[in-house]
Amino acid sequence: MDRRELEAKGYLVTPGFIDVHAHLREPGFEDSETIASGARAALRGGFTTICAMPNTEPAIDSPGLVAEVIARARAGGAARVLPIATITRARAGRELADLVELSAAGAVAFSDDGAPVDDARLFRHALEYMRTKDLLLIEHAQDTQLSAKGVMNEGVVSARLGLPGIPNAAEETAVARDIAIAELTGARLHLTHISTRGAIASIRDAKARGLRITCDVTPHHLSMTEDWVGGSREFAWEREGHGREAPLATPFDSSTKVNPPLRSLSDVRALWEGLVDGTVDAIATDHAPHASIRKDVEFDLAAFGISGLETALSLVLGGVNAGWCDRDTAIRALTTGPAHVLGISVRDDDWIAIDPDAEWTVATESLASMGKNTPLLGRALRGKVVYAVVGGEARYEGGLRGATPVGSR
Amino acid sequence: MRWSRRHVLDTDDWSNEEIEAVLDTTGAMVEVLSRPVRRAPPLRGRTVVLFFAESSTRTRVSFELAARTLSADVVNISASGSSVEKGESLYDTVRTLQALGGDVVVMRHSSSGAPYFVSERTDAAVINAGDGWHAHPTQGLLDAYTLRGALGDLAKKRIVIVGDVAHSRVARSDINTLVPLGATITLSGPPTLMPSAWRCGQAPAGTTYEPDLDRALEGADGVIALRLQKERQEGGLLPSLREYTRVWGLTEARVSLMRPGAPVMHPGPMNEGVEIDAAVAHGTRSLVERQVTNGVAVRMALLYLLVGTPTLEAS
Repeated sequence: MDRRELEAKGYLVTPGFIDVHAHLREPGFEDSETIASGARAALRGGFTTICAMPNTEPAIDSPGLVAEVIARARAGGAARVLPIATITRARAGRELADLVELSAAGAVAFSDDGAPVDDARLFRHALEYMRTKDLLLIEHAQDTQLSAKGVMNEGVVSARLGLPGIPNAAEETAVARDIAIAELTGARLHLTHISTRGAIASIRDAKARGLRITCDVTPHHLSMTEDWVGGSREFAWEREGHGREAPLATPFDSSTKVNPPLRSLSDVRALWEGLVDGTVDAIATDHAPHASIRKDVEFDLAAFGISGLETALSLVLGGVNAGWCDRDTAIRALTTGPAHVLGISVRDDDWIAIDPDAEWTVATESLASMGKNTPLLGRALRGKVVYAVVGGEARYEGGLRGATPVGSR
Repeated sequence: MRWSRRHVLDTDDWSNEEIEAVLDTTGAMVEVLSRPVRRAPPLRGRTVVLFFAESSTRTRVSFELAARTLSADVVNISASGSSVEKGESLYDTVRTLQALGGDVVVMRHSSSGAPYFVSERTDAAVINAGDGWHAHPTQGLLDAYTLRGALGDLAKKRIVIVGDVAHSRVARSDINTLVPLGATITLSGPPTLMPSAWRCGQAPAGTTYEPDLDRALEGADGVIALRLQKERQEGGLLPSLREYTRVWGLTEARVSLMRPGAPVMHPGPMNEGVEIDAAVAHGTRSLVERQVTNGVAVRMALLYLLVGTPTLEAS
């Protein structure tokens, strides 16, 4: 199949998606995901390149570990995997990892994701030192004193459910700090999984001042609100114009527990506004698969994270179909946007075909990811990747035949 | 009305009629409790499992008495002396509960939402006996029943709830029960112990926040003081217990700001001398003991509505 053929059949053909933020869990947590299963899930979601976060066990903080991730990904024969290495040794937040050596071994960026670099002085030195080779730091911006033991967004829903909250201010004070230090050092800084209106405003302002700041938002923060923790299953764009609906799911479902937490409708709107005006550079999944043993527990004890690679496209297209963003902008945020963030080029021989109207139902058995932790299980979604090519080689094909030919739509 | 609920997890989605049905049934149970032989057969052959993963003597004994009065068999799985203490997961415990085959699981748990987790994984009816900061439905219902006994119709009555609202399942369940019955609620207490959304214009319908307790009590029809956990001070939420008592403690002088005879309630156990003066706790306005008695009747009512056979005749 070549792309013209598929285009002629009515599919939307785009460059392969690039995810700057995915957790593949290997080494250390192979009961949740492996590099191979994560890379297969990526292809099903249209991602031909994914960046693997280093919060594994051991954390990816040495050149040997970076090489090992690359070797295992290559053997998998699915999506390309670009390793991200830690900023600090063992992700402990105390001393810098060997950043230049890690970069030479193939680390595409650096992050202690899962946690911020709490120590502002160390964060400053990390950014300064990265100027050696103009390396990229990806920061999980959160004031951990303010987020404390919070397990969901702090607001009217956490008040009702009696769950400790994570206020928007936990992200916004951290973003403000990070921007100030980026300005001080002149370094590149990428702020990942931005979730609040205030953070978007700060980043918009920083960009207007010419700082080298980029950011991404996740498909779940673009589509779901804090009400999901209380049992709602209405997408943000379905909430327009009416008040609280009857819950559709049992409240306290740990599949809705994610960090940063699902926020309010006003925050979701701000993320889309940021996407439309260019404040948001990329959509990244923060794919966070977990074995059921870490999710099938009390809400406050459950691990944070949503398995997101395979539902990302449908969620983004949901907002597009609701008129919250045009399709080209959304696709750019999945392709050229993240490529620009990472400083890599969009490859001609990595491409995908999408059936934007195909309906499919999210089910544990239909997900290639080992992480079945998504509040979308059982949900019918629209928009599906039917073909994925990596390096000129067709590596995924799903649902091509049943797709509606052009003209009959 | 026909009772159709399978579980009692939270009263936040209950209709007015459902609350009334429980309160009416509670009245019938008070009558059973006043008989010379306090025993009725509607739960004969039923097994009630009391699963208390967080220790609570009062609520557990209240449920146990309620279940036995209705002739149920009672099994206890408490935090001490059971595998819960040894780190057994809730998932494992639920599977055990399911295998044991009880008809009702009454559960107390320190995690908000844990009863939902259990209700999804068992065939038994689940009654929430308090989960984290979330809900304590039987306390809300018994407080409503007790207030009605003292004040009659609660329409247009204003009740003050003072104390650590943020961490209080009692406050949430009181709001969910009293507001549908027509009462308005004035919440009072330190801003650090109030959910931030409720302080900032998003308080639940029928409630307002007034940090000044004297103003809150002025002309009120009743007050419910909440227990203050002493660790709140260590968490940086309070300067000192002494200051808390001075500003938000219920004293004789303060309660007299309410309407004459307006009742004082407390879910217990009380920290006398912290959130409430001994003189108030045991004074003429205090309904604290009646709350305890009514608690048994409310719990009987729920057990009866959930799994009882329709006879209250003495056997």
